[in-house]
Amino acid sequence: MDKSFQLFPDQAALHSSSVDWLSLFLTAVTVFFSVLIAVLVIYFAIRYRRRPDVPFVPKPDASHGHLGFTLELTWTIIPLIIVTVMFLAGAKVFVRSQQPPRNATEIYVEGKRWMWKTQHSTGTREINALHLPAGVPVRLIMISQDVIHDFGIPAFRIKMDVVPGRYTSEWFVPEKVGEYHLFCDQYCGTNHSKMVGTIYVMKPGDYRQWLDGHSADDPPRVAGEKLFGQYGCITCHSTRAPTMAGLYGRTVPLEGGGSVVADDNYLRESIYYPSAKIVRGYPPIMPSFRGQLTEEQVMDLVEYIKSLAGATTDPFQLPLVGGPATQPNRAVPGPGPFVPVQAPQGVH
Amino acid sequence: MSSIPFIPVADESENYLTWSHTVKSWLLTVDHKRIAILYMISLTLMFFIGGAAAVLMRLNLLTPEGGLLQADYYNRMFTLHGVVMVFFFLVPAIPAVLGNFLIPLMVGAKDLAFPRINLLSWYLYIAGAFLAIVAIVYGGVDTGWTFYTPYSSRYANTAVSWAIFGVLLAGFSSIFTGLNFIVTVHKMRAPGLTWFRLPLFVWSMYATSVIQILGTPVVAIALVLVVIERTFHVPIFDPSGGGDPVLFQHLFWFYSHPAVYIMILPGMAVISEIVPCMARKPIFGYNFIAFSSVAIAIFGFIVWGHHLFVSSESMYAALVFSALSFSVAIPSAIKVFNWTATLYDGYVSHSTPMLYALGFVGLFTIGGLTGLFLATLGIDIHLHDTYFIIAHFHYIMVGAQVMAYIGGLHFWWPKMTGKMYPDFWGRISAVIIFIGFNLTFFPQFFLGYLGMPRRYHEYPPEMQVLNVMSSCGASVLAVGYIMPLCYLLWSLKYGKPAPANPWVATGLEWQVSSPPPPNNFDKTPIVTEEPYRYDKMITQLGTPLVDDSNLISPGQGAA
Repeated sequence: MDKSFQLFPDQAALHSSSVDWLSLFLTAVTVFFSVLIAVLVIYFAIRYRRRPDVPFVPKPDASHGHLGFTLELTWTIIPLIIVTVMFLAGAKVFVRSQQPPRNATEIYVEGKRWMWKTQHSTGTREINALHLPAGVPVRLIMISQDVIHDFGIPAFRIKMDVVPGRYTSEWFVPEKVGEYHLFCDQYCGTNHSKMVGTIYVMKPGDYRQWLDGHSADDPPRVAGEKLFGQYGCITCHSTRAPTMAGLYGRTVPLEGGGSVVADDNYLRESIYYPSAKIVRGYPPIMPSFRGQLTEEQVMDLVEYIKSLAGATTDPFQLPLVGGPATQPNRAVPGPGPFVPVQAPQGVH
Repeated sequence: MSSIPFIPVADESENYLTWSHTVKSWLLTVDHKRIAILYMISLTLMFFIGGAAAVLMRLNLLTPEGGLLQADYYNRMFTLHGVVMVFFFLVPAIPAVLGNFLIPLMVGAKDLAFPRINLLSWYLYIAGAFLAIVAIVYGGVDTGWTFYTPYSSRYANTAVSWAIFGVLLAGFSSIFTGLNFIVTVHKMRAPGLTWFRLPLFVWSMYATSVIQILGTPVVAIALVLVVIERTFHVPIFDPSGGGDPVLFQHLFWFYSHPAVYIMILPGMAVISEIVPCMARKPIFGYNFIAFSSVAIAIFGFIVWGHHLFVSSESMYAALVFSALSFSVAIPSAIKVFNWTATLYDGYVSHSTPMLYALGFVGLFTIGGLTGLFLATLGIDIHLHDTYFIIAHFHYIMVGAQVMAYIGGLHFWWPKMTGKMYPDFWGRISAVIIFIGFNLTFFPQFFLGYLGMPRRYHEYPPEMQVLNVMSSCGASVLAVGYIMPLCYLLWSLKYGKPAPANPWVATGLEWQVSSPPPPNNFDKTPIVTEEPYRYDKMITQLGTPLVDDSNLISPGQGAA
């Protein structure tokens, strides 16, 4: 930041250099073929140019012969091999970038026109800024209050749309201490280009100090617990309704067949649209909390419910999306960006 | 088709331009050649409206603060630029002008299958363009040409619905054109003109038409749904009522990705005509080029998901769409290699159309290869929605496609107007456009990798140098685009009369006089051999080919 000229972005996250190496490989291929075509075209255009002193001799069509077919096969198969390698290499980097480790610190992000609100798991809130500890995996859980935004950090080589009505997530390990750009990358109206902010990557010690120096609201988990009592959730969700203990990450059977994994999006939907998915064996009596609870409050509740899962179950034994966990210490892929993770251990 | 209106001509020596000069004879014409001219005039106007918006944007981006325009006006400008250039210039450009003019001539027909629908399509186009431009300029539409929900459907407090109606009309115009081409190619080919004797221009245009017919209704539906949500507040895309905002992106890109191929296949069509003629060789790998056009049209429909890599699409969907997206690279590579191979051992002319065609090959190669970055998942996450995308698709849709369009205009200008243009200025303009284009858009690859998001009215100061480079390049590019306008208009009055076949080219369109007679062919031509038999044409190639007196006519011709 505050440079007068820059040609390449900073490499500030664990993920950055693998994207850059991949780009370098593609750049090499691009340069090779661009130069190859340019040299051939220019050479042929000059070597075989029309000249007054050269009489026209009809040239047969070479492409019908054996040579022609061999050439066609060659320039079909070689590009096919190259793009296959590109796909596999790109997929490898991508799949890793989609699988947060279980111990990632969770930070909440809310986009609204035209500002970013972030909240650390300790409760500290920021606007258009995010302080991060270097070397600690961080997972952002993001939602928009209005239109689609996108939380992009070029120095981390990461971005993900922030969509209204559902959580999306991205994760990274910041590595290099410094200040980096945060951009809204999805057009969101008049002040789209003002929906920017700064990412501060700090040494873990400095980060802890920074957190201590900023007054914190209740951590989301605690705020959620209060809301759970305040809005009377607790009266039903211990007797007439499914209990919340150990719910997060479990597969829930639904009325009318089928089942759903109780992830962040399911919990949010059940609070705002309780009748969308009815748990088998329970009457559909829950009222909707649309208009009563803000997205922030719902995030708090989801966080509280998550903590209940962590409290009653060994996190490594959680039934995970796509089947039970058999290899506890491996990040497990799931459909979509949401892989149930352990309740945040964070940095408190 | 029996419904083709015959144009009564008093004097046999009259051509399609001169047989009547009344305004009515132009505005109510059903002659495909006159409709092509109407399209050419209106498209030129659109190109310079869209271009003016681009000039304002580039001027605004000279400084990091974006000092020239307010954010609101900047947003309207890029919406105007996108809507006008995509829906009212690039999509119709080559099909509606060159396709309209040439397809009946190339297949040996007197007109398109449905001449009145052809005229209707032009009126729809004009009405659509008028509506859309008024809605954006006076109605303040600022959604961008992509109309993403829920911004367009719930939050934008502007004349979005009117702009959408304009785009819908253009869509119907496009469907009619496509329908006309498909029926014409199926039913009205001259005797002996089998599918594999068709010029590659026709193959490519046929593939384009298939996309237009299959894809356009889907985007029409998506846009109508936006209007319904805006007008009746039915929550289709708005999540606060239970809608899905990302659904729109699926519907939109199901058309709009294939639409990218609507914007490049016709360019490939033009190049496949110019290159063999100007190199005096049969085109290398006719079948491979023909089928690669069809392959691009088919693959184009299964790759739309790559626009949603960061839109909360599932990881598995992203992997599948990434793999499918790479498939488009293969037919594109086949075409480039075949054009290059056609040059080998030829008699390569450095005339204006050829310079444009070679420029197309260069820009298309760079545009295509940089597309691989965006199909590669690991890299696309970083580059999505940045200036890298802007640079990539401008290389294809503007660099390559507009070069092909202007190159094609030069190639068939003698046929369309009966006049020769000054070749010297033509070559200069081709070189200036090629250089100006690269100066404008090459720096944007770096801007994108640096992370500059698209649709930003202001930006961090360290990105200024590259932005200034890009804006300077744009001024060179603007000169390049204005030049052909000037000397082509000049040639209408002062240009030398064009012979029937100034390039000594094969193809039925060169067998009729320049400009063609109102009803194209006095007698239905009979085709006896493959296209591009330049190996059978004996000519003295020392002198510039502006005269066909030294030509011994090939087998293909009027019976």
